[in-house]
Order: sequence, then C-alpha cells, then structure tokens
Amino acid sequence: MALVLTEEQSMLRDSARALISDKAPVSHLRHLRDSKDPIGFSKEFWHSFAEMGFAGLLVPEEFGGSGLGYVEAGVVMEEIGRTLMPSPFLATSVVAASALNRGGNAAQKSEYLPKIASGSLLATLAIDEGAKHRPLQTSLQAVRAGNGFKLSGAKALVVDGHVADLLIVAARTAGSAGEREWLTLFLVDPKAKGVAIERTIMVDAHNSARIEFANVEVNADSVLGEIDQGSALLDGVLDIGRGAVASEMVGLSDEVFHRTVEYLKSRKQFGKLIGEFQALQHRAAELYVDIEITRAAVMKALQALDADVAKATSAVAVAKARAGTTATRAVQEGVQMHGGMGMTDQFDIGFFMKRARVCEELFGDANYHTEQLARARGY
Amino acid sequence: MSETESAELERFRNETRAWLEANCPPEMRKPATSDADVFWGGRNAKFSSEPQRIWFERMRDKGWTVPDWPKEYGGGGLSAAEHKVLRAEMARIGARPPLSSFGIWMLGPALLKYGNDAQKKEHLPKIAAGEIRWCQGYSEPNAGSDLASLQTRAESDGDDFIINGQKIWTSYANYADWIFCLVRTDPTAKKHDGISFILFDMTSKGVSTKPILLISGYSPFCETFFDNVRVPKSHVVGTVNRGWDVAKYLLQHERAMISGMGERGVGRPLGQIAADSVGTDGQGRLDDAMLRGQIARFDVDEAALAACAERAVDLAKAGQAHPAFSSAMKYYGTELNKRRYEILMSAGGVDALEWESERSKQGARPRAWLRTKANSIEGGTSEVMLGIVAKRILDLPGA
Ligand SMILES: Cc1cc2nc3c(=O)[nH]c(=O)nc-3n(C[C@H](O)[C@H](O)[C@H](O)COP(=O)(O)OP(=O)(O)OC[C@H]3O[C@@H](n4cnc5c(N)ncnc54)[C@H](O)[C@@H]3O)c2cc1C
Ligand SMILES: Cc1cc2nc3c(=O)[nH]c(=O)nc-3n(C[C@H](O)[C@H](O)[C@H](O)COP(=O)(O)OP(=O)(O)OC[C@H]3O[C@@H](n4cnc5c(N)ncnc54)[C@H](O)[C@@H]3O)c2cc1C
Repeated sequence: MALVLTEEQSMLRDSARALISDKAPVSHLRHLRDSKDPIGFSKEFWHSFAEMGFAGLLVPEEFGGSGLGYVEAGVVMEEIGRTLMPSPFLATSVVAASALNRGGNAAQKSEYLPKIASGSLLATLAIDEGAKHRPLQTSLQAVRAGNGFKLSGAKALVVDGHVADLLIVAARTAGSAGEREWLTLFLVDPKAKGVAIERTIMVDAHNSARIEFANVEVNADSVLGEIDQGSALLDGVLDIGRGAVASEMVGLSDEVFHRTVEYLKSRKQFGKLIGEFQALQHRAAELYVDIEITRAAVMKALQALDADVAKATSAVAVAKARAGTTATRAVQEGVQMHGGMGMTDQFDIGFFMKRARVCEELFGDANYHTEQLARARGY
Repeated sequence: MSETESAELERFRNETRAWLEANCPPEMRKPATSDADVFWGGRNAKFSSEPQRIWFERMRDKGWTVPDWPKEYGGGGLSAAEHKVLRAEMARIGARPPLSSFGIWMLGPALLKYGNDAQKKEHLPKIAAGEIRWCQGYSEPNAGSDLASLQTRAESDGDDFIINGQKIWTSYANYADWIFCLVRTDPTAKKHDGISFILFDMTSKGVSTKPILLISGYSPFCETFFDNVRVPKSHVVGTVNRGWDVAKYLLQHERAMISGMGERGVGRPLGQIAADSVGTDGQGRLDDAMLRGQIARFDVDEAALAACAERAVDLAKAGQAHPAFSSAMKYYGTELNKRRYEILMSAGGVDALEWESERSKQGARPRAWLRTKANSIEGGTSEVMLGIVAKRILDLPGA
C-alpha cells in the first residue's frame, strides 16, 4: 500500500480541516480556558461533528457508523492537532469505540456503538495509575463478589473522565502488578456508588480526571472481552490510541512549524528578515526533515494497524516515540524562534507547547516506546 | 487500485518471490562485506565470485538491474507498484543489488529525461547490461559546494569541443570507462548559464587520473586531468550551456541514492552485534544501559527513515513529491549512517580498532566507519542540503 493519502482520505482531511479551522481554531480553546468552561469542550460543536459522521468514524456501518479505518482516524486527529481542539474524539470515538468494537459482545456493541456514532454517549478508557504510563503495573483490584465484581483503586489521566457516560476500566482480577496475565476490562457507570471523580484541568487546558473506585459493584455482564485475559485486547486498544495521539502530534508539530516559518519571513532584526540568518534556516530545515520523517512513520503505523492491530506493535512504538521527540523539538524551536513573543500567553504558540507535553505522556512517552522497541528486538 | 489490479499485483508478488527464491544464490542474500565484494560492471569487470556472476547474469537477463527502465533500453519495464513489490521481496530475503553503478543511479535517469534518441539507444542498454562503467566529473579544486563556479573549459573546434582542466574527488575515475562531466562552454555568461553536460570515453587522448588515498586507507577516488581532450559536440546531453539543469536533476537522483546507502544495514541488528561483544545482563538486556539506549533511539529513527524513504518514492510516483525532497533525505540518511557506525565502533570497543589483522578482515569495521564520514560530504554536504531545504522547500529569504 502506498504511503500517501488516497483521494477519499484527502477529501476527508479537507472537510475535517475546513470544519475544525472554521469552528474551533485555537481561539476556541483559549475561550474555553479563560471562561473556565465547566465541561471544557463545546457540546454543540461535538454534535455538529457527529452529524458529519466523525464521531462514528471507526464504528462499523451496521451500528450506524462510517466503518472507516485507523488511517482515517489519524487524518482527523492530525487536523485536531492543528487547532488543539478539545473534543471527545480521541477518548470516545477512537479509544472507547475501538475497545467496544474489538472486545464487546453482541449486546454491548449494539447498546453502546450506535450511541457513540450519534455523538450521544461519551466514553473513555481508565488505564494509568502512577505518574507514568505503565499498563502492566495496573493494580486496581477487581475481586469477585456474588455474580459480579467489586472494584477498588484509583486511576489518573482519564481523558474526559469528568464528562464520560461510560468508563472502561482496566483492572487486575488476580496476580500482582507487573504481570501480563490477569488483566480484565470492565464497563463501569460513572454514577455507580463508590465512584469519585475529580476533574483535573491540565497544563494544556484539556480535560482529564482522577477517579477513585471504592468497592464499586459491577455485574458479570460488565466485563469487556475475556476475564483475566484482557491484556491482548488492551494492547491493541492502546496501540490504536497511540497511533491516534501520534497523528495529533504530527498535526501540532506541523502547525507550529508553519507558524514559525511564517514568523521567520516577517520579523526583522539587524535590518534583515530573521529568516535570512543561516543559523535559523538550518534549524528550520532540520525540523522540517524531522517532521516529514515522523509523518511517514505515523502513516506506516496507521496502515499497519489497519492491516492487523496485533502485528502493529513495533510500528506503533516507532511512531509514538518519533512523534514525541519531534513534537518536543517543534514546540521548543517554535517558542525560541519567536523570541520574547513566544513566551507570551497572548500568542498561541505556548498552547502548542503545553499540548505537546500532555500528548507526550498520553499512552507512553518517547522513552517508554523506545524501550518497547529495544525489548521487541531482543537486546 | 481496482480488484483486478490488486489480484494482478498479488500474482506478480508470488511469481517474484518464487523466482527470487529459486535464483538468488544464498551468498548474495547478505550485504557485501567490502567494496571488492561489490559488482560494478565495465569493460574490465571481474566477478569476485561465482555466485556474484550467476546473480548478476540472471537479473540482467530479466532486465532487473534496472527494473523500472523501459524494456527497449534493457530495463524490466515494471510499473511503480511492481517495482515496489520487487524491492520488498528482495529486501525480504536480504538480496543485494546485482549491479552497482553510477550509470544506474545517476546518468541513466538524466539520460531518460534529457538525452536524445541516439544517446539513449547508445548508452542505456550498456548501463543496464553492466558493460560500461561511468564516473562523475563534477567537483573541482575550487568548485565543491559552490559547484557552479567550475572552471574546466570546453572550447569549440568545428564539430568538436576541446576540453582542458582538472576535476577532483572523481570516484573510481581510474576504473571507469566513460565520464559524465560538467564543463564551461561559455565563460562570459553568468556562472549557472555557461555550463554544459558532456559524455566521453576515459581512454580518450589527454585524459589522465591520479588516485587519492582516503582516511580509510582505500583510494576510491582520483584527481582527473584533461589535456586537450577532443569530444564530439554530439556528446552534449541536453542543450549547450543548459547543462546545469541536467546536473541538478542528476544530483536529485544521486542524493536519493546516497540517502539510502545505509538502508540494507550491516546484515544483523545493531543490538545483536553489540550483545556479542558487550554481553547481556540477567534479563537478556545489553550490559551497557547507555549504549542500549543509543541503539534503541537509532533503531527508532532508522525505522522512521525507512518509512519516509518508502513514502518519498510513493509521493514521486503520485506526482506529489517536492523535487528538492531528496536533499532532505540525503541529509538525514547520511547523518544516520554516521550514527550507525559510531555505535558499531562503540559496540566493538577494542576489537573494532584492529586495522591490519586477519581477525578483523583487514580492519573492515574501522575502515567502513571512516568511509561513512564522507556520506555527509559527497553528493553535496549536509550544510548545503539544509540550505537547499531552507530555500527551495521552505522558501526562506536570502537562502
Ligand atoms: C521572560 C522575559 C523577561 C524579559 N525581561 C526583560 C527586561 O527586564 N528588560 C528588557 O529590556 N528586556 C527583557 N526581555 C526581552 C529580551 O531581552 C528579548 O526578548 C530578547 O533580547 C530577544 O528579542 P526579541 O524577543 O525581540 O526576539 P528577536 O530578536 O525577534 O529574535 C527572534 C529569533 O530570532 C533569532 N535571531 C535574531 N537575530 C539573529 C541573528 N542575527 N542570527 C541568528 N538568529 C537571530 C533569535 O535568537 C530568536 O530566536 C525579556 C524577555 C523575556 C522572555
Ligand atoms: C568519498 C567522496 C566521493 C566523492 N565522489 C565524487 C565524484 O565521484 N565526483 C565528483 O564530482 N565529486 C565527488 N566528491 C566531491 C564532493 O561532491 C565534494 O567534496 C562536496 O561537494 C563538497 O565540496 P568540497 O569538498 O570542496 O568542500 P567545501 O565546499 O569546501 O566545504 C567545506 C565545508 O564548508 C561547508 N560549506 C560550504 N559552503 C557552505 C555554505 N554556503 N553554507 C554553509 N556551509 C558551507 C561545507 O558544508 C563543508 O562542511 C566526492 C567526495 C567524497 C568525500
């Protein structure tokens, strides 16, 4: 398969870009932040997004979605990265939809997927517990109780956790932290007794929550996928999320880069456009090369996910690792080359730097994924 | 792609896989260990081994020394998609290219675009069949990065040009049969406007070469002198005084080629090579955490670059490539290859320092390490590549 967008994918990109840049430019995020918006995104816009078919992009057609693939999801994420639009797309439409579609039984799919496609249900995966993304370290406990389970423990960095209608919770049904075995995913109602949600507004003004579970009762029907054997499902879903976040980071890096190059062409010092100074030209060129290489690696990973999620792990590790180092470099160069302006809140560039930092932690940073690649290659 | 097209392509893949399995000798399924192990073709070519000969001849007979050139010029006539399949299938078994050649990498593409009918018919089949070995006469002592300031003169004399001057760093000039050369045909024009691209036989009267020793101890390039060399005007490719267009187009291909020089790697993953000399800990990890981290970062970047190289080809075939993109690839690919060899030297430790022993295959690793330092110089330096990206792709002022 060629590593270029098809005509249909380019059209999808164009329509996503048109909609997002028109309705949710960076000023949209700024407004939500400054007005201390209680939910942190625009419900109204989410509904028009859903009406255009984006919310159900990965949902199969039989459940009311568009049945598209991860490359298409990446196309939309990249556009989201360009304006930093806060929206439930990542948590609900990519991660949760994939978890339900890949792991759900017939009843679970027909209950939730149509609602995701219509934009009426928000869902999210609760995975991280410590400061860093370490899925195997999951220690939130699920003990059998009667016909069901009781969940106890705490989750952090639950994206959209404060607005979600459905939580997909990674828990340990046996064994101890660090083991690949004995992980199980549960569908949990956030209003269930014992669930305590604290919205955590993050550095990037996007949504996230810390959630505590104190003996939360769930019945046997709420198991998503296989009991005790959830790690394969979880790995796949996380890889899908990683591919999507990597795409967002490509969009974000590319946008910062373009803004910076434009600045180099307009700002004068020493009687010259600063873009005439070779010290800056070469740094801009290096950054360009970095972004193009990362873009290709991310496309490769998304295509690998579309071909077979279970075999995409290394390609995804490469993509997320590269996306992390590239975005980090892009935002730093962006601020630096804007001089004092880059340091001001009034200027958008800082929003990109903050979002890049959050994306870096989401589903594993560059160090994590570089380590994964080393392990996969056996050294 | 339609269903019949993809079915066709699958059929091609299966046939190709079976053919390669049956026809690529096992010895040709690993990277060449030294320059002597590479087949360059030419009038005086010798095969260094029987498998090398067999592999070359079988591939040549299918037109697969140049799979995507038209059949009438000795190529395989493959479509872009088929060529991609062939490359992937060759990579799958680690098959090395049957023929290495400046004719294939550089001159051929330029002739296909700028050559006249007679020139194409004369030269392309001989390149495809490995009969003529070419060298590149671009650089001069005072024209390196600033190539367009070259001074080698070509003066008109009836139907001929008389060429005088000196080239330098001419790779394999002492082995080559013919040269593609940049000469100044109009000394009064602006520097880019008075250059012509011309072809001639290295056995012509007045051509001489003097090898230069490299830091690797090898001497793959020369000073090349022209003393009243007579060359028919019909040997000019493209228009007289418009040679710079041809030269630049050729450089795009050269850069794409150099960027991929490390692509086939060194046969085994760096992590394993390092494990042999450094050892592993109880968990099977390299017993040098910092080196392990360096290798892992390298592996990430290498895999990403491979994706980008694949994408660059796909973009070109789709007509969406920026013509200067090969400069971006050249910059990154060569810097990465230098990193690869720094890691290999570090992984090898003391063992990688031996220069003249049997055990070290006469210093194969340190010599290869030193050779890679030229990657970011030959074909245009890294700084020049970044300048081209800044100017032509980013459109920065005054670059
Ligand atoms: C937090 C903060 C506190 C400050 N406090 C003070 C203060 O108390 N008093 C005060 O007077 N100022 C202060 N400054 C201003 C500071 O000194 C300037 O921001 C700084 O000198 C850069 O100038 P500039 O912002 O106009 O950037 P520019 O000069 O426009 O630079 C933009 C980019 O171009 C690059 N550049 C410019 N010229 C060249 C060149 N010739 N070659 C290569 N690259 C070049 C720069 O390195 C930079 O990356 C402060 C700034 C900040 C961020
Ligand atoms: C192994 C090898 C094989 C070669 N084979 C051939 C061949 O077959 N045929 C052929 O014609 N040539 C060949 N070359 C020559 C090669 O193309 C030149 O060496 C190259 O173009 C650089 O020119 P130079 O050596 O004169 O360096 P210079 O141009 O003198 O450069 C010196 C340094 O200055 C930097 N520099 C120069 N200009 C700028 C600028 N504007 N901005 C910033 N930095 C700058 C360079 O990047 C470099 O670091 C070969 C070279 C090598 C090393």
